[in-house]
Amino acid sequence: MFGLDKKDSTLLLIVALLTMLAPFIFNPFPTDSGLAQFNAGYPDLMQRFVIFGIFAIGFNILFGLTGYLSFGHAAFLGVGSYSAVWMFKLLSMNIVPAILLSVVIAGLFALVIGFVSLRRTGIYFSILTLAFAQMSFALAYSVLTPLTNGETGLQLTLDDPRILGSSATADGSIPVTNLFGLEMRSAYDLVIGPWSFTFSAGYYVCAIVMLLSFYLAIRIFRSPFGMMLRAIKSNQQRLNYTGLNPKPYTLAAFVISGMYAGLAGGLMAAMDPLAGAERMQWTASGEVVLMTILGGAGTLIGPVLGAGAIKYMENIFSKINDNVLHGWFAFLPDGIEDAIVFIIHPFVGKGWHLTLGIIFMLVVTFLPGGLVEGGQRIARLFNRKKADDPKSASTEPAE
Amino acid sequence: MSKLNVTRRGVIKTGAVAGAGLALPTYLSAASHSGYTNAPTGSTVTLGFNVPQTGPYADEGADELRAYELAVEHLNGGGDGGMLSTFSSKVLDGTGILGKKVEYVTGDTQTKSDAARASAKSMIEKDGAIMITGGSSSGVAIAVQGLCQEAGVIFMAGLTHSNDTTGKDKKANGFRHFFNGYMSGAALAPVLAKMYGNDRKAYHLTADYTWGWTQQESIAAATEALGWETVNNVLTPLAATDFSSYIAPVLNSGADVLVLNHYGGNMVNSLTNAVQFGLREKVVNGKDFEIVVPLYSRLMAKGAGANVKGIFGSTNWHWSLQDEGSKAFVKSFGTKYGFPPSQAAHTCYVQTLLYADAAQRAGSFNPCAIGEALEGYEFDGLGNGPTLYRAEDHQCFKDVLVVKGKDNPTSEFDLLEIVEVTPRAQVEYAPDHPMFAGGSLGSCNPGA
Repeated sequence: MFGLDKKDSTLLLIVALLTMLAPFIFNPFPTDSGLAQFNAGYPDLMQRFVIFGIFAIGFNILFGLTGYLSFGHAAFLGVGSYSAVWMFKLLSMNIVPAILLSVVIAGLFALVIGFVSLRRTGIYFSILTLAFAQMSFALAYSVLTPLTNGETGLQLTLDDPRILGSSATADGSIPVTNLFGLEMRSAYDLVIGPWSFTFSAGYYVCAIVMLLSFYLAIRIFRSPFGMMLRAIKSNQQRLNYTGLNPKPYTLAAFVISGMYAGLAGGLMAAMDPLAGAERMQWTASGEVVLMTILGGAGTLIGPVLGAGAIKYMENIFSKINDNVLHGWFAFLPDGIEDAIVFIIHPFVGKGWHLTLGIIFMLVVTFLPGGLVEGGQRIARLFNRKKADDPKSASTEPAE
Repeated sequence: MSKLNVTRRGVIKTGAVAGAGLALPTYLSAASHSGYTNAPTGSTVTLGFNVPQTGPYADEGADELRAYELAVEHLNGGGDGGMLSTFSSKVLDGTGILGKKVEYVTGDTQTKSDAARASAKSMIEKDGAIMITGGSSSGVAIAVQGLCQEAGVIFMAGLTHSNDTTGKDKKANGFRHFFNGYMSGAALAPVLAKMYGNDRKAYHLTADYTWGWTQQESIAAATEALGWETVNNVLTPLAATDFSSYIAPVLNSGADVLVLNHYGGNMVNSLTNAVQFGLREKVVNGKDFEIVVPLYSRLMAKGAGANVKGIFGSTNWHWSLQDEGSKAFVKSFGTKYGFPPSQAAHTCYVQTLLYADAAQRAGSFNPCAIGEALEGYEFDGLGNGPTLYRAEDHQCFKDVLVVKGKDNPTSEFDLLEIVEVTPRAQVEYAPDHPMFAGGSLGSCNPGA
């Protein structure tokens, strides 16, 4: 299907099903039950899942294939967001021109940074990209305040020109982002018994874009170009000796992955028209590295899983406060209840980073191939025959 | 290339499944159209408390959360009722809001616009919060206010002191009880001129975001009007923790007053650095060198310890006020937590009460009805004397306190003394004042 072999078609189909049915999958618990705390099927978080999925897929094209660890990818995401918001301010609230511009600008930006950074490999490359990203962050945070509105973040206002649209709607509010009239904010609630599922237009737009970028990533992975990138990762010196210049390939991979990041940034702004400088901070760059490694670097689906896992932790675990904990354990005697809450407390709420750190540590120690490897091990337990296939599409870990 | 085999049976099967899937929503559709976002349907109503639990303003955030919990307790009839008994409006009777029990969800803004919006969004979309309140940074408050306007819920700003919150970034769904940079300037400048004279040279260190910018602008304008000169203004990053490199140039600038437009952890660090550099013992231009912190809070004074002695600033409210409202609030807060509340806690508590009261008076949770009930509303008994929620910009107008770090504190909480209560008339300004011009409220958005 679409020029893919059977295995990849199945993978694409699975991802398509997962994303299309996400509102059901992420809302398994009835709205009124205590477990509703763990529901993740609300539009904002689902959008984040797929947007950071795109970001991680793009990062994986660089890191997973060429082995170049960029520590400054958030800069492209931020640049994409700023471009998109400026498009909303100046042109119109339609998301198409905004996303196109964010991809193009992020691509150009990646070309410049990549051209300089790719003169070095290994740790020096990582540090160079980190330095560039921190420079971009500092620029956005204070120096370029007229362009980025600094710490406050770039926002839409009622007196923006929006030459192809209207500055304000008839009732005097800022128009909302749309795709040829389909408002990104519009959502439809489906209530079945105690369950409630939200279908958001914005989410489905993001999901379709994510599927397209996933498909493109598969094609890149399977193309001669992808093979070349893998060759660079496994032994760049040998490649040099055979008379091939790897630099154009790495630069192309860098720009492609920068454009993916720009696309993610543009989509983020399209879903919520605000661009803040902290999107470019080094912690944000580190996050995408975590996502890719947690999910499984060099695999197709891994980065998407990693992105989902981290965003889930960030948004769901961070909201479990002491009140909720006391609610859960209220059936226990007072002393025991307090003791249990005291033990769990550091790991939830604002301590979610701690839980994430522990999980990351366990994954890296016991599943070097990330969550994908975990999935494969489980699959192998139940199905000896298939796991013996040595050419399995997504089994190659990072290093 | 894989081959796609289409069979008659397959097409019919797929068609039937797809048809059923498409028809399902119309069949089961039970979406309630009550006319506004998150209309409460059951016996409870959910409020969203979005405060910084990490980052430079985490102390304020923790205190805000305590105040919110206290406010919810009082609204639901628990505790001693706090300021409900002193509030000039008597419609709240301890049975929740409009007969619905008040519940709440919390989120961490991390003092970052992005994170704050994400957590506010999750409270609105997932938990069904009907109102969002909180924030201890103007950047965050403005970002979340914009979000609430789009989503169609009310935003009751917490501690936000930037002129922009109710100036160029004002929104119809957003309301601010806290005072702002302009009011600080108007209240503080006359006291400073009286204490330090009219021919001072001021050096500003300013937190580099909307609050710092507008406060610096306000203080500079107010002091210059009284004859001061502004020598320099240096912007410092919000995330900075060491200010030595910013303090050193002050010594050689010829300035004799240092104005620290910093708040929270920033102010604690910059003031400590300034004192360590011996600025307070310096004599410049034949005058003692002075330090001014325009926006003060007890939590900051506590963090900076002995360094705050004798330093002037302004504050929205202080626990040592002796009116009935303040006394009632300090008493119930103290009983519950064992120490007096900060100004951040006070404004958050009051905002929650004002929201509940507006909903009760309007008889609805519709943001537009609540907006109408709050606009132009005059009230008293909430600790600041007679107060007006101005309709033109959703800013509260009330007395402003000028305070000074106490020279001989009697307890670890008794750190500030009130120098002057600046009357409301002196800090009022026109809605189209140049420092506030450029934005418009727009119209209220009830959402869905």
